[in-house]
Amino acid sequence: MVSVGAAVKEPGSTRKNKTGSWRTFKPILDKEKCIECENCIMFCPEGCINNDYDIDYDYCKGCGICEEECPVKAIKMERE
Amino acid sequence: MVLKVMSANQAIAEAVKLANPNVIPVYPITPQTTISEYLAKFVADGDIKAEYIRVESEHSAISACLGASGTGVRVFTATSSQGLALMHEIIFAAAGLRAPIVMADANRALSAPLSIWNDQQDSISERDSGWMQIYAENGQEALDSILISYRVSEDKKVLLPSMVCIDGFILTHTVEPVDVPGKEDVDKFLPLYKPDHAYLDPKRPMSIGTFTDPNYYMEARHDMEVALEGAKKVITKANSEFAEIFGRKYDFVEKYRSDDADIILVAMGSICSSIKDVVDELRDKGEKVGLVRVRVFRPFPTDEIYEAIKGASKIGVLDKNVSFSIGGVLHNEIKAKMDVDAYGFIVGLGGRDIKPEHIKEIIEKTKNPTTQSQWIGLNKEDI
Amino acid sequence: MIEVRFHGRGGQGAVTAAEILAKAAFEDGKYCQAFPFFGVERRGAPVMAFTRIDDKPIRRRYQVYNPDYVVVLDDGLLEVVDVFSGLKNEGKIIINTTNGVETTEGADIHKVDATGIALDILGVPIVNTILLGAFAAVTDAVSIESIVKIIKETFSGEIGEKNAKAAKLAYEAAKEG
Repeated sequence: MVSVGAAVKEPGSTRKNKTGSWRTFKPILDKEKCIECENCIMFCPEGCINNDYDIDYDYCKGCGICEEECPVKAIKMERE
Repeated sequence: MVLKVMSANQAIAEAVKLANPNVIPVYPITPQTTISEYLAKFVADGDIKAEYIRVESEHSAISACLGASGTGVRVFTATSSQGLALMHEIIFAAAGLRAPIVMADANRALSAPLSIWNDQQDSISERDSGWMQIYAENGQEALDSILISYRVSEDKKVLLPSMVCIDGFILTHTVEPVDVPGKEDVDKFLPLYKPDHAYLDPKRPMSIGTFTDPNYYMEARHDMEVALEGAKKVITKANSEFAEIFGRKYDFVEKYRSDDADIILVAMGSICSSIKDVVDELRDKGEKVGLVRVRVFRPFPTDEIYEAIKGASKIGVLDKNVSFSIGGVLHNEIKAKMDVDAYGFIVGLGGRDIKPEHIKEIIEKTKNPTTQSQWIGLNKEDI
Repeated sequence: MIEVRFHGRGGQGAVTAAEILAKAAFEDGKYCQAFPFFGVERRGAPVMAFTRIDDKPIRRRYQVYNPDYVVVLDDGLLEVVDVFSGLKNEGKIIINTTNGVETTEGADIHKVDATGIALDILGVPIVNTILLGAFAAVTDAVSIESIVKIIKETFSGEIGEKNAKAAKLAYEAAKEG
């Protein structure tokens, strides 16, 4: 049954659409090299890196912006 | 004839290049966007000597078309769905000001719910505006219809705008072989536009877009009715001259194995190609079924449709649109103008794919009707 | 009539692949048709594209439900889309993958490391032209000469040359099987 006006009444339901499978390349963070500058957290367009610098691979699309913005090259993109 | 593989959007842009309008105000919208991209490239490369105006909305696009047309030059624009709906106010003004604008509409569903996919609700909803409307079946017809539309719209006996409707994605984004005619032949068919009624000349000033009191308005609108009805003769002549030059014969309606048919389907646009395959399949099994494709929807070809369908015992009309609480628009217009046993089927809204089994279901339900009008292809569990 | 279904993601070139295949078949002297089905319009979202090839003009315009051939540009799609859906008994499926592919029936599966070839030759993971090279080797639907010609027409200059080279490499690799 389509809801009235095709409204979506379940907040946050876009999380059901896991976009991790879109990746060709996967970011790998070397926490030894990481200086905790927060660049990757702020630049990630998907909000996939949390304050402990863990990457959420369920939703990371592999865009590589984090690798680009990391000032100490602690993030490497590797083929899936 | 040299066939090239291209989309209907590219075919339309090629037609526009051949018609060489002077002003092209256009605003991109899915699935029309590639038309505006091809035209931008043609103008930038000098292949079309035109002013390409990057407007900020569709309302501005059609407004700029109307202003340019008022100075007596050939214009082109293209849009789709919400863009056409935004144009609505000026669509009526363009017809009323007798501006022979030619526009392509990439048929797409209207919101809500928001959809980028195909149906014909957008252009059907502009049917009362005074514009002519052609529904093309394929890329070739899309191209040819642009040329024919300029010829008819700019005829001094007509002077009404034309909309060439092509099904979104199903035609706009489908590549198939298309013949792009030579410039010399097109120039023979479509002479330079030299209007008497519209010009920009400081020595002969005029006002357009004027206010009328009740002493004048009705006559102006009646003139439009006469012009649109009279356009039929002009269309017939243009079609036969087009056939002479280019070898492709178009008419108000296309009859496909319908002459001796007991059951006839009536439809518009790209779906007719799929219906033809189903008709052939059923004919091979001995079933007397046929198709009548309505190509020109405005002016409404009552006589031609009636001649084509009157011999059938029952008729099924497919509509990719709905006028809520009364049904499909083509079905209702046929019922209103003709004494025939016709049943309506709403199909393909918002890009719902129309499969052969749907067409066969429609033929069965036309043979054994239970209701005047029904929807085909609904997901039963979602109703 | 030969019917082909492409599965890819927005940005991988499935739609362009379907068009190149259609144009190449036309170059071979056949009639053709190609069209896309988009989900949402964004990079990465699953898309389908279809090509039909025949000796006579093609009319039907519904989607391809019983393909002769399926081309999968991204093996990640195997988890979200039934790429085998409606595949004919004698049908073939060409998949860009380096992994094992699970299937319930005995489908004729041809695996191509198109991403590897793409990264080597093109420097970007865009795999459409490579899979077309493999397609020409695995099927009799189109000639590699026409595929290469249309690739060069579609992409000008160095990009066209590189894509043509990648397609030929995939063709030869698939021929050797």
